[in-house]
Parts: sequence; C-alpha cells; structure tokens
Amino acid sequence: MTAGIAFFLFCSLVALVGAITVVMAKNPIRSAVGLLATILGIAGLFLLLNAQFLAAVQLIVYAGAVVVLFIFVIMLLGPDPKGDEEGGPTRIARGVGGAGVLLGMGAALYALSGSVQPAELPPARPEHGSVEAVGGLIFSVGLVPFELVTALLVVAIVGAIALVRRKGRPPRRTPLTDNPTARLFGGPVHPRDGAEPLPKEPAS
Amino acid sequence: MTLPIGNILDHYTLLAGTLFALGGVGFLVRRNMLIQLMSIELMLNAVNLALVAYNRVHGADMTGQMFAFFVVAVAAAEVAVGLAIAVAFFRLKSTVHSDDADTLRH
Repeated sequence: MTAGIAFFLFCSLVALVGAITVVMAKNPIRSAVGLLATILGIAGLFLLLNAQFLAAVQLIVYAGAVVVLFIFVIMLLGPDPKGDEEGGPTRIARGVGGAGVLLGMGAALYALSGSVQPAELPPARPEHGSVEAVGGLIFSVGLVPFELVTALLVVAIVGAIALVRRKGRPPRRTPLTDNPTARLFGGPVHPRDGAEPLPKEPAS
Repeated sequence: MTLPIGNILDHYTLLAGTLFALGGVGFLVRRNMLIQLMSIELMLNAVNLALVAYNRVHGADMTGQMFAFFVVAVAAAEVAVGLAIAVAFFRLKSTVHSDDADTLRH
C-alpha cells in the first residue's frame, strides 16, 4: 500500500464519518462539526488529485465561512423546543426511501464499475491544478460565468439582508426633557444615584 | 497505485456517490431546516469531488476544476440565502422544524 492510497483511505474515512455524523446527530452543533470533518477530508482528496487551488478554496470558503455561518445561526436560534424527530410512518417511509436510493446508487456503481477505463492515476502535468492554470482558465474560458457569479453573490448578500431585516421603522429615542441636567446626563450620574434619584426641581 | 478491488477512479466515484446519497437521505429524513441545509452542502461537495476526480483522470485541461470552483461559489450564495430564510422562519414560527412551514397549506 503506497502512501497515496493510505492518504486516500484516511481522507475517505474522515469524510464518510463526518457525513454520517451530519445525518445522524441529534444536536445541530455536532452536525456542523461533522460537516467540517467532511470538508476537511474532501480538501485532502483535492490535494491528492492535484487540485491545490480548489483545496485552498474549499478550506477558505467552506471551513472558514460556511461552517462558521452555520454555527453562528445555530447559536443564534438556540435549541429547538420541539426537538427534531417525531417518529411515525412518514419518517419510516422516508428512511426506507433513502436507503433504497443508497442501495440503487450502489448497484448502479457496481454495474458501471467495469466500464471505467484507467487502472491508475496517470502522471499529472506539473501545472495541473495550480493557481495560475485554473485562474487563467477562469478568466478566459469561464469569464462570463465568473462575472455572473459576482452578480449572484451580490444578489445573495442583498437578498439575505432584506430577508433578515426587521420590518417597520426603528423605535424612536425618548424625547429630551427640559431639565438641563437630565438632558446633559440622561440619567443618574453615578450608579449609587440610580436607587434614589434626585428630587425634582420645584416648579417655578 | 491500485487498490485490491477495482481501479482508483471507481473508488472516487463510489465515495462521491455515497456522500451524495448520504446527503440526500439526510435531506429527506431530517426535519431540522439547518441540518437539511447541511445535507445540501454534503451533496454539492460530493459533486465537486466527482468533478475533480474525473477531470484529473480524463480531462486534458482543468475545465472540471473550473466547474467545481463555480459550484463552490453558488453553494456559498445558497447558504447565505438559506440561512437567512431559516432565521426569518424562526422569527415567524419560533422553530426551524420544516414540517411547520405549512402556512400555505389549504
């Protein structure tokens, strides 16, 4: 067993265990950590496949942004009082359907596996997957999709802000009083004065 | 560089297919909206892995890696909007249970 195959098996194992954790864990935080494990495993596989640029993008975008965003939202929303599962026949039917999909894909792969040609990874050209080569391709062949992706990201950011922003006007601040001292300090000057505020000035 | 059974591309395909199917099962079975979004991420990652592996073996240039790059960008946008929808839904219903999204049900 060469080092490459050992690394492939290790990364595959990490990715698969992470994926199973995503699906099985009751706590969403554990699902997020499982997603992180899957992403790290796939980044390792990208390195093995001479895709260094994509491995870096995977780490920066997924591990650095997406998982952090997930964990942030999970922490923001807090534990769901209803829990995740209620059981019942629909859930069992979904599980059986999902297992059927899994088995069908396995059978299809087993049937197809004889027709996949190369026996081992051919030697890669030295520039395969480098930042220069992939960047050159993105800015020549994929220039139009690249520009569309920038527009997509802007639209996504604006849409996310518009979705989460609260409707209506922000609450007005309390109006200023006529008392110049209260207007200046807006409350008790010292914390010990909070319990017994100053007596009101006599009306003149 | 061969494993005892099959060739190496079979193993990448099998791994990508398994990850995709796990993501699909998670999307169908779990009821927590956040975990469903994570399952979608899982599926997109599996597709990326298949793209890069086939590009490494069969591709003359790096078009597959370019596609994977665009998939990553679209996935990032999708997560931003999806999480915003989850937060807005939580404000409406105080839950992220996707079965509770039945306001339009007649």
